[in-house]
Parts: sequence; C-alpha cells; structure tokens
Amino acid sequence: MIEPFVGDLSLVVFLPLLGAMVLLFIPRSMNRVLFTTAILFTSLTFFWSLRVLWRFQSDSGEMQLVERVSWIPAYGIDYFIGIDGLSLFLVLLTAFLGPIVILASWTISERVKEYLFFMLVLETGMIGAFVALDLFLFYVFWEVMLVPMYFIIGVWGGPRRIYAALKFVLYTMSGSLLMLVAIIYLAARNAQVTQVLSFDLLRLYNLHLPYEEQFWLFLAFALSFAIKVPLFPFHTWLPDAHVEAPTAGSVLLAAILLKMGTYGFLRFAIPLFPEAALAVQPFIVALAVIGIIYGALVAMVQPDLKKLVAYSSVSHLGFVMLGLFAFNLQGMQGALYQMLNHGLSTGALFLIVGMIYERRHTRMIDDFGGLWKQMPLFSALFLVVTFSSIGLPGLNGFVGEFLILLGAFQATPFWAAGAATGMILGAIYMLWMFRRVNFGPLSRPENQKLQDIGAREIVILAPILALIVFMGVYPRPFLSRMRFSAEPIIQRVESKKEATPLIFEGGRSRESQSHGN
Amino acid sequence: MAISFLLSLWVCWLLPAGGILRDTLFPWIESGSFHAQLSFQVDALAAVMLLVITGIGLLIHVYSLGYMGHDDGMVRYFAYLNLFVFFMLLLVMADNLVLLFVGWEGVGLCSYLLIGFWYEDHTNTIAGNKAFIVNRIGDFGFLLGILLLFWEMGRHGVWSIDFPELQRSAHLLAPETVTLITLLLFAGATGKSAQIPLYVWLPDAMQGPTPVSALIHAATMVTAGVYMTARLYFLFSLAPDTLAVIALIGTLTAFFAATVGLVQNDIKRVLAYSTVSQLGYMFLAVGVGAFSAAIFHLFTHAFFKACLFLCAGSVIHGLGGEQDMRKMGGLKSYFPITYWTYLVAALSIAGAPLTAGFFSKDQILWQAYASPTGSLGLWLFAWLTAGLTAFYMFRQFFMVFHGKCRVDEHLKAHIDESPWMMTVPLILLAVGSIFAGWLGTPEFIWGSPWDRWLEPVFGVAKADAHGPMAEGLLMALTLGLAGLGIFLAYLFYSRESDIPEKISSWAKGMPYRWFLNKYYVDETYDFLFVRPFTFWAIWFARIFDLRFIDGIVNGLANRVRGASLFWRQLQTGKVQHYLYGFLAGTLLILAYYLNL
Repeated sequence: MIEPFVGDLSLVVFLPLLGAMVLLFIPRSMNRVLFTTAILFTSLTFFWSLRVLWRFQSDSGEMQLVERVSWIPAYGIDYFIGIDGLSLFLVLLTAFLGPIVILASWTISERVKEYLFFMLVLETGMIGAFVALDLFLFYVFWEVMLVPMYFIIGVWGGPRRIYAALKFVLYTMSGSLLMLVAIIYLAARNAQVTQVLSFDLLRLYNLHLPYEEQFWLFLAFALSFAIKVPLFPFHTWLPDAHVEAPTAGSVLLAAILLKMGTYGFLRFAIPLFPEAALAVQPFIVALAVIGIIYGALVAMVQPDLKKLVAYSSVSHLGFVMLGLFAFNLQGMQGALYQMLNHGLSTGALFLIVGMIYERRHTRMIDDFGGLWKQMPLFSALFLVVTFSSIGLPGLNGFVGEFLILLGAFQATPFWAAGAATGMILGAIYMLWMFRRVNFGPLSRPENQKLQDIGAREIVILAPILALIVFMGVYPRPFLSRMRFSAEPIIQRVESKKEATPLIFEGGRSRESQSHGN
Repeated sequence: MAISFLLSLWVCWLLPAGGILRDTLFPWIESGSFHAQLSFQVDALAAVMLLVITGIGLLIHVYSLGYMGHDDGMVRYFAYLNLFVFFMLLLVMADNLVLLFVGWEGVGLCSYLLIGFWYEDHTNTIAGNKAFIVNRIGDFGFLLGILLLFWEMGRHGVWSIDFPELQRSAHLLAPETVTLITLLLFAGATGKSAQIPLYVWLPDAMQGPTPVSALIHAATMVTAGVYMTARLYFLFSLAPDTLAVIALIGTLTAFFAATVGLVQNDIKRVLAYSTVSQLGYMFLAVGVGAFSAAIFHLFTHAFFKACLFLCAGSVIHGLGGEQDMRKMGGLKSYFPITYWTYLVAALSIAGAPLTAGFFSKDQILWQAYASPTGSLGLWLFAWLTAGLTAFYMFRQFFMVFHGKCRVDEHLKAHIDESPWMMTVPLILLAVGSIFAGWLGTPEFIWGSPWDRWLEPVFGVAKADAHGPMAEGLLMALTLGLAGLGIFLAYLFYSRESDIPEKISSWAKGMPYRWFLNKYYVDETYDFLFVRPFTFWAIWFARIFDLRFIDGIVNGLANRVRGASLFWRQLQTGKVQHYLYGFLAGTLLILAYYLNL
C-alpha cells in the first residue's frame, strides 16, 4: 500500500483549516452555503477523528500515529505530532463539538463568513495543541487558538465584549509569555547537556535538571496553565469572557480551552518537572480545593445564568486539578475523565442557556420561572444536564468525581474531605438555579408564548445527552485507554518522591502512598 | 410492576436456603486497584426488600391509577415512579458499596422529582430541593466512609468493595477505623432515613402526591438507611461505639418526632413525624444489634404506614385536596372502607395485640432492654414513645373520622368513597398490617420463622438470658401504656372537648408551642447554617471576587499602562500590533539563547 501523503492525525488537525480556506472562496451573501460548508468540514473532521480512535491501540501507553517532519531545522524545530491516551479523548471531544457549535451558531446573521472562518481556525488550533509533541509547535498552536477566540468574543459578543476580549487575551498572553521563555530555556539547557538542539518533548522528558531550575521552570509553565484552567485566584477573566462571548464561544471556551490548562499540567508541567511538581503539590491541592468551594459559593448567588455556569466551571476544574495532583492512577484517570465530563455537561449548559437567550434575550435567572409548563422537552433535557453537573451516580459526572476523590483521599484525606463538600454545594447552586428557571408559576407574560426546542436544537443536544448517559454507565472503554498513558507519568513522579527535598511536609501522608495503585 | 413483583417472587423461590444469587453484568469503574462491577446479588435480606418494594409498589401503582387519574402529568408521574422502583431495586440488589450508592442517590433523585411533582407551586419545589440537599449532606459522610473503607481495606491487601469480600475481611480493620467508617456511613443513613440531625426534610417532603409519600417516604426509600446498616451488619457489629451512637440517635429521634407528631394538624405531617419516629425504632434495634428485629419492623411498618398514608390520601382525594384535620371530622360514614382500614392500620402501629406492629415493636422494645448492649434508659424512652404513638395516631383517627363534621357545606355534598382502584390496595394493606407480624412472634408463641429466614445473613440469634416472664411483663407494660394513649385520645378528641386547650394553657403553652413549632429546628438551622452561608457567598461574589481579586488584576493592568506612558505610541489598541510585539520579543530571546 502506498503511504498516504498526509497522516490521519494531520488530517484531523488541518481539515478545519482547509474548510476555513474554502470558506474564503464563497461569497459572503450566501449564508446557507457558508454554514453548510462549515458543518461539512467539521463533520468530516469528526469522522476522521473516529478513524483515529479506531486505529488507536488501546493497550499501549506509547505515542501513536506519530508524524514527524523537519520544520525549522536550524533550530531543531520539528512538525512532530502524535496521540496517546491522554490526548485521544480530548481530540475526540473537540472534533465532536465542532459540528455541534456550528449548528448552535445558526442564528448568527452578521459577518457569517468571518465568524465561521474563525471557528474553523480555532478548531485547528485546539486539536493541534492537543497532539503537538514539539514544544515550539505546541506554543504555536496555543497562540493560534487565542486570536480567533479574541475575535469571536470581541466582534460577536455582548455589550462589554471589548473589555472581556482584551482581558482574556492579555491575561492569557502574560502567562504564556513566561511559558515561552521557559520553553526556550529548556531547549537551550538540553542543547548544553546533549549537544543537540531540539524541542522534542519526548526527548526533553529525559533531561534531568537540578531542583532549583525545575522549580522556576515549573512555575513559568504552571502560571500559564493555571490561568487557563483557571485555578483560583486566576479565574476572574473567565466570567467576563463567558458572559460576553456568543454561545458557541462559551461552549468551546468551557469545553476545550480550559482543558488546555489541565492538559498542559498533565503533558508538560508535571512530567517535565516531577520534583518541582511534588514540591508544590500541597499548594496546588489547597488552591484546587479552595477553588472548588469558592467557585461553588460564588456561583450560588449569581443572578446571571452564564456567570453561574462560569463559576461552576471554576469549581469543577478545581476537582480536575485535585485529581491530577493526587499523583495516583485513580486521581489522574478521574481528572482526565472529569475533563471530558465537564466538556460535555458544561458545554451542554451553555448551549441550553444560549437557547433561552435566543428566545428571551436575557440571561437573568429572575426573568424566568415556570418554563417547564411551556417548554417541557427543553426542561427535561436541562434536568439531565443539571444532574450530570451535580454528579449524580449513573451519569458521567459521578465517575470522574468519584475517582478523583478516591485518588485524592489516598494522597491527602483532609483536603479530599474538603473537596467532597463541593458535592453538597454543587447540588445547592444547581438545583436552586434549576428551580428558579423551570419550576414555579409561569407568571411572566413574555415567557408564556415561548416555543419548546425544535428539531435543530434537539439534534444539538441529543448526542451530548447520549454521551452523558453512556459515560456514566459504561466508562470502561474510556478509562482503559487512558490507563497506560497515565501510568508512566505517575511513575515519573513516584520515582522522584525520595529524591525531592521536602520543604512542605504537611498534608502529604507518605505512609499511605507506598501501597496502592 | 406486576411483572416485577412476580419476578421477585420467582427470585425468592429460586433462592436456595441460606444461599446467595449473584449475577454480574459487566465491570463498571476500573482504575488501578479499584474495581466496581455492575453486578447484583440477592440473599435472604435482599429478598425481603425485593418483596416489599415490588409488592407494596404494585399496590401503590394501582392506587395511583385512581389517585392521579385526572392529573395532566400522569405520564410523567408514572415515569418517575418506575424510575424510582428501578433505583430502589438497584440499591437493594447491588453487590458492592458503590453500586449501592448509585441506587442510593438515584432514589434521592426520584424523591426530589416527585416531591416537586406539582412544580408550579414554589413550596413543593423548595421542599424537593431541601430533600435532595439534606440528603447530599448525609451522602457526603457516606462517600467519605466508602473511600476510607476502600483504602483501609487496601492497606490490608483487600482491594475490594464487594459485600462478600468485605464480610470475609472486615476483622482485619483496626477498631478505631471501623468506628470512624461506620459513623461516616451512618451519617448517610441519617440523611436518607430521616434521623436526627438530618430528619428535617421528611416532613416537608409531604408536599408530594400522597401515593408517593406512601411508597417513597414511608415504605421503601426512607428505610434504605436501615437496609444499608443491616447489609453491612458485619461491619457495624465490630464497632460497639457506633452502635451505641445509633441506638441513642434512634431512640431520641423516635421520642422527639413522636412529641412533635402529637400536635400537628396536617393529616400527612402527623404521619410524616410518625414515620421519622418509627425509623427511630428501627435504628434503635440496629443500635442494640438486633438487625433482624430492625428489618422485621421495616417490613411490618411498610404495610401499616403505607396503608395509613393511602387512607389519608383517600380522605384528601375525597375532600378535594383538604389536608387540615381541623376541617375534617365525622367522616366515618362517608368513607366506610377507608375508615375500617385506617382503624386496622392505626391499631397495628399503636401495637394492639396480635397485629403486625405489636410483634415487631415488641421485639424491638424487648431487645432494647434485654440485648447485651440494651439498657433500661433506652427501653424507657422507647416505651414512652409507644404510648405517644398510640395517642397521636388515635388523636388523628378521632379528629378525622369521629366527632362533628367540620367540612364546608358545599364540599360535603360531593364527598364520596374512593374508587375500587384505591380501596382494594387499602384492604390488602390492612390485611398485611395484621398478618405480616405473625411471621415473627416471640419464642413462647410459636417462635419466629422470620429470624430463621434471615439467619443465613445475620447468624443465629443469641439465646435469651431472661425468661419469657420478663418479656411478657414488658409486653404488658407496653400494652397498658398504648391502651392509655388510645383512651386519652378518645377522651380528648372523639367529642368536642376543651381538655387539650386546658392542658396547653395550664402548661403555659410552653411545651405545646415547642412541639407545634417542631422545637424550632428549622429556624435554628436557618440561623446557624443557611444565613451565614448565604452571607459569605454574597460577600465573596460581590466584594471579594470583584473588588479584591479582580481589582488586583485590573489594578496591575492599569499600573502597567500608567508606567508605560513613554511607550504610549505603541499603545495602538490593536491586538495585532501587540501580537507582533510578542513575536518580535520571542525571536529576540530565541536569538539570544541560540548565540550562547
């Protein structure tokens, strides 16, 4: 068989970009053709990502479907991509949401061409960042994501869109600049030691730096990722960006872009600098748990639906961070799983908020009430998503939260107990919100002629809901593929445990860590 | 439902004597050393629960056809109800703790949905929220209990949460650990089974349709906590301190709920407090190690309490939704079937001789006194509660069915006994309220087939050190007190009487007001938890987050802008330019390092 010109993985990465290029040749007046093209290309991307899933060897922790082409040979920069159990499902999630968000943007009527163009470029940037194995390439994709998002918020956003967009870009930029410095420093150090200049991640994994150097490099990476997650207290850009962004922007922001942060910790910050990661573990765990509780408390009293969901993201991502920094298999698998769960359930929540916003042009909780009577189907779907977000057993959220708590409990029982209060708080703010929107008398005249969701909206939500149930009942296909890629990272950290200068002894019970996994 | 009841009967038939049926579907969550299977087991204990759930469930489904027949949301109602039965069966048949937790939370979901079934009224949905959230507080402890149990077992090399495996290895755990684990698990039970301090949701849960109250909030779901402790009896037996706590909480709950039940005027709330009180009895039995007696009372309680609730529902249905007992009275002639079935069930719960409640309650009282961990104090409170129970049940009975009719005149003309779909379940349950108890008579009558049935699960009951004389004496004392309670109720409420008012004014209204306002527990919780909590949430959201954290961020940004007046020309406000700037800087740094 003849080796194809481009690999499957590259196709998944660049199909949306190709779609964006095609869009440029379609006249701007033909809105329907533009949308159809965008849906076509995003769907094609999704199908191709399924092919990647099919080709993926589930019993291996190695990088698969690797493609490597020399890009800037003078600086040892390669076009080097590959996929493993950590990135596989994030790529799939991104590709899966692609057509959904385009479909959800159907009601956009201004500058459709530019809008779709940016959406497609954004998708390439996101998928690229998940599969990049060359640090420089990763950084390029990382920044590529930023520009279209800036425009999507800044042009198609709400009234304070310019402020929100600028804040989003400057905040993330200031973090990622430090990361770039750290990347370059890392490559240079590697060149010093091995006499080969390379940004190859797998090669850099083998570089062993002294603890002090690791520490600062870790901080540079961590700051950039922590802003993206967002880890408390770097979260304030998030509510602003979410509130102002159009629905599709909010969905992608919550479902995928935030995962860049946690994925960054998992792929780069932790395995590259395991000793530093161990040393700061207590701090990150504390911030994560504070984030869980704080995010939930603040979410509870938000009058604006989107803000409520935004703060709930802070809380959920706190869980993910807690799981990652438990440094055991349960925590890490739970964190990975929770990333997908949050992508689905919060993505669906933003879609749902978008649906009633389109009808009523308000997101204030107090403007609603009693919607169940008028929109029973909508409310029923909303209910399922709400309970997915609360982490009801049987739906996806529970599997992730449970594994995270299981892992965290082994590492730091007390912080895990603190995090588990998030379970109570989550129920409080979500149910309170749900009650005020969907229950009660249908007293407002504006709400009395609302239409229930139509075919397009059902098509948008149905696949997400199906996954929410499936992932709650049968998580095995997911967990088994994550396992072999998560184990090496844990071993990297475990092996450094003895060597690490323990400046922060408290909170870590070493005794209980020795067995398990 | 009928199919599922027949299947349950078949399962019980299949069940080998003392054996366990197991069925594994597929591995559910697997992560490293952690395995949770989607698999089921049925043993004698689960079989009892299966019969209760599907049997009573079937009757209540039939009843609901009559009760909810005119409601617009009937389809939604039956969907929720069947979902509930599914989760309840999952809970009972789960062969590991995590799967049990799935059923545990799942029934909570259905309870939430059904309490707030008539969602247009705020009070209903608020009650639904309260139920779910209070349960979540208990589940917080339950979950931590599971986590602790898993890792502690793992410490001894047993990586499993399956019940049979746990039972084999429970003895490996250190006593203090077991105490902590069981206390955490019991916290979950106080939520689900409405015990002090988390019982507050159950009275409010009466906002749901009455058949729901009968099925979920009396017969099945609220007993899940008792079932869980019985399922894990091997663990709880290892923790005498926990058992002591359970016995204490059970007794206190039984007593306090009964006192509150004395003065409620809402027909369903009386029954709700009565349920809380009876659940307290069950936990008292668990606490003194009499698991079999606890499950027995659970079984008989399912009959008479479901019957009472359905009777109440029948009355409410007939009166067009009226629930205030002060607006009833003299309904005996209007509701003949309801009247007689109610009387049977009330006699049963009051512990009249030869009824189901008599045997099961007697067993608990006896164990509270005679079991090695029992004591006179426990017995005394339980005994007093028995008297209170008889009093408040018959206060209700007389207020509703006897005396002068206080129903509105125009309503009176339309009062009708309920249709057969509702009365047939009533009759069957009333029959059960008597004969269900004959399965577990004391040794000196014909012994207890019940205990023998559960023997493979809980082991052989210890021989009594006291003779039948002592048991007979205590039984007589209880009967006497219950009789007194019924008599007083008759005296006070069967005719128009001013004795209650006299008593309450004589006591300066103090205990009366405390009872009527449920000891101000809701208010206290509100003051202690809800308000400060809301205050901090608002403070964090409006002040801390916006002014402080975001203030620092924006302040930093402004400072940078202020300091860079010199670079003003570059501040074009176009992000493209900034991006070029970043790129240029990047290249500079890169160049710098490459020249090294």
